[in-house]
Amino acid sequence: MVLGKVMGTVVSTIKHIDYFGHKLYVIQPLNAECSPVGDTFLACDTVQSGVGDTVLVMREGNGVRQILKKEICCIRSLVVGVVDEVDAHPSRRSEPTP
Amino acid sequence: MILGEVLGALVASTRYQGLEGRIFLVVQPQEADGKAIGDAVVAVDTVHAGPGDRVYIVLSREAALALEPWFVPVDHTIVGFVDSVDLEESG
Repeated sequence: MVLGKVMGTVVSTIKHIDYFGHKLYVIQPLNAECSPVGDTFLACDTVQSGVGDTVLVMREGNGVRQILKKEICCIRSLVVGVVDEVDAHPSRRSEPTP
Repeated sequence: MILGEVLGALVASTRYQGLEGRIFLVVQPQEADGKAIGDAVVAVDTVHAGPGDRVYIVLSREAALALEPWFVPVDHTIVGFVDSVDLEESG
């Protein structure tokens, strides 16, 4: 799972039936210091998150199918948590062992 | 899932079994602001998109699961039209 920030919503009326009833968000991935890293992607919401929230995003299809209780589902990214705080400081990173 | 814009169609008269009748479109992956991400990909269409349409595509195994039958050699599928992207005002 990755940290991300909800940048905005995607409005879509014509879509695959598996996407009906799911809010679709644009997510900017973040690193542990909560700064943007990498390209934006889309994810469906399951936890009533909102635009501007820092969220936890699962980017893997099997976990999505377990949560949505469907054997076949073409959703790959799902917002599964709203992050209150990330307590990870870069100084805590252990030095790589030689 | 990622955003993209349809650049055009692709014709392939010889296909692996299971891909008969599928529409292939060339899609340029994009950021939310329209900036291109990487190179264009070929995606199977499920929503009858056309050149210039803004769509979103699903990748990897879930791309095949969007199709019926689902056990097909596909790794990018267009699963929806984008009407609009509403980004946060503060940017």
